[in-house]
Amino acid sequence: MIGFIQGLGRSVIETLQRLGRAHIFLWDMVRGIPEVLLRFSLVIQQLHSVGVMSVMIILISGLFVGMVLGLQGYNTLVDFGAEESLGVLVALSLVRELGPVVCALLFAGRAGSALTAEIGLMKSTEQLSGMEMMAVDPVRRIIAPRFVAGIISMPLLAAIFSAVGVFGGFLVGYGLLGVDDGAFWSQMQVKTDWHDDVLNGVIKSIVFGVVVTWIALFEGYDAVPTSEGVGRATTRTVVHSAFAILGLDFVLTALMFGGI
Amino acid sequence: MQKRNTEITVGLFVAAGIVAIFVLAMKVSNFTDFTDDSGYQVVAEFANIGGLKVRSPVTMAGVRVGRVSNITLDENTYNAKVTLDLYSKFSSLPTDTSASIFTAGLLGEQYIALDAGAEDEFLKNGDVLHLTQPALVLEQVIGQFLFSKAEGE
Amino acid sequence: MPLIKIRDLHFYRGDRAIFDGVNIDIQRGKITAIMGPSGTGKTTLLRLIGGQLKPDSGTIEVDGQNVHKLSHAGLYDLRKRMGMLFQSGALLTDISVFDNVAFPLREHTDLPESMIRDLVLMKLQAVGLRNARDLMPAELSGGMSRRVALARAVTLDPMMVMYDEPFTGQDPISMGTIVNLIHRLNDAMGLTSIVVSHDVKETTEIADVIYLLSAGKVIESGSPVQLKRSSSQWVQQFIQGLPDGPVPFHYPGEDFADDLLNSEVSA
Repeated sequence: MIGFIQGLGRSVIETLQRLGRAHIFLWDMVRGIPEVLLRFSLVIQQLHSVGVMSVMIILISGLFVGMVLGLQGYNTLVDFGAEESLGVLVALSLVRELGPVVCALLFAGRAGSALTAEIGLMKSTEQLSGMEMMAVDPVRRIIAPRFVAGIISMPLLAAIFSAVGVFGGFLVGYGLLGVDDGAFWSQMQVKTDWHDDVLNGVIKSIVFGVVVTWIALFEGYDAVPTSEGVGRATTRTVVHSAFAILGLDFVLTALMFGGI
Repeated sequence: MQKRNTEITVGLFVAAGIVAIFVLAMKVSNFTDFTDDSGYQVVAEFANIGGLKVRSPVTMAGVRVGRVSNITLDENTYNAKVTLDLYSKFSSLPTDTSASIFTAGLLGEQYIALDAGAEDEFLKNGDVLHLTQPALVLEQVIGQFLFSKAEGE
Repeated sequence: MPLIKIRDLHFYRGDRAIFDGVNIDIQRGKITAIMGPSGTGKTTLLRLIGGQLKPDSGTIEVDGQNVHKLSHAGLYDLRKRMGMLFQSGALLTDISVFDNVAFPLREHTDLPESMIRDLVLMKLQAVGLRNARDLMPAELSGGMSRRVALARAVTLDPMMVMYDEPFTGQDPISMGTIVNLIHRLNDAMGLTSIVVSHDVKETTEIADVIYLLSAGKVIESGSPVQLKRSSSQWVQQFIQGLPDGPVPFHYPGEDFADDLLNSEVSA
């Protein structure tokens, strides 16, 4: 019994310590941002490996998610004779929810896990430590540029995802199911609000970008420096990111759309 | 060379992202709502607004001319006080314009339809629309119908 | 006045004392070796000197500055004057040999690229790898990557270099090369060198002073000759590499005979 209580206490203390380290780490990254913006070439390199390399998976997933939405939405709407609203359904689902959320989940799997593995390996091969001894702060030189790149990439990827998704929905709705294309676009435009829907979606994706990149980089930086440790850290990145994305999505949705 | 390629692809990526946001703004959403925020506001009182909501469209002859920006209850008259944001480009609506609440289709959303009057003066910011027609509430209509049927027999 | 002054150093990992009251002086211009069996925290000592770890009590002064009282910026300024050679080399794996050696220069100076090139080629020439400059770290052998790392450690012309197990896992030839390099660099650049190692033969060849550590304490210190004449049994066992002595061959625990008699436990 004592052993159980002790174990419980230990895991609580360890979790709190990790959270504390994660926040100190976040603070260090944020303090490194001004310096990074002055050496923007570092960020461009990372935009390539974090953003550009994720475009393909985002394009393909976005297109298919949009097409499925078109198909499913049509089957439901046609029962009410409201298939003209298909555009509204597809656009609102994508812009408000699926764009930011699905894109963030894919981003965590594609770019987040790669970031964790990269940083974890740099740690286990003493590259970070070596940099410290060369008087180069690895948090500012290695971590902060990746953080900035993640924050920039996420909203762009989510916008690409939503735009391609709407197009996919249109392809199915107009091309396959014969929904009137004028009604598709005009209804969508009337019911989708730039500020409340599109901009809130963009804000969501920026928040997800911050959180996913933070988790990925911290897991790498805090990983046990062995191959097993790095492997576990990579798994944790994906799992924790997914929890964080879905949980935060609820909170943000309640804040943004809850009052209406 | 490799650095150049990296920079080009990153440039393309950022451009694609910005284009996507632009498409979402112009094609998917009605971006004009945002830019036309400098419109003017008028107030209309309704006995019943049914399912009308903030952001519901305001139309005239089927053309969208604004949107509902606020709904409150006037505690003196117990009427709903609805504030309409009208786009500034529709600046020559007569002061005796009337407002009715209609439903788009059988189950659709409710919206406000304006009907132009005959006055020479135009509506300006803060004016009140006096001629209003409340929303039709389906239950009431059915109730009245049944009641009149029963009376007629 | 010594370059590095370690006074009453205590450091714990969990409940285990890694250092339990250690005093070490490292003289300028000399090669000082820190020796001891595996697990005595020799690498930890280097990290403490470099400010990557904080001691639980005691002080470490480098060039008159208390390392652990320095601000973040102060510590990083001090590190610019320290070089460290990691056991693994710790080269950055995504850039070439040339860029690795140029890295500290590019980070800390605004020198024009042509001057950086000259400096890097000079350092690579000193370790005999000028013609390997376009290779990637993954293409280097262990000995070569350690030499590249050495070139990188001295690019900023530091006042001291710390070597973490420089001889471990090297074939005889590259071992000889590295012994030679440490010696030559120390004399040619007026460095102060700290070598952490448990390779007795190579270390005694080049060290001016040796500190022997065990169980968190300095057991013995002095020149290699003095150590060889030491009357301590422990020192003799370590220097001559005897399998049994004050440091037992067997991991402490149950007696072998008793263990065998307890056969029913495992059956």
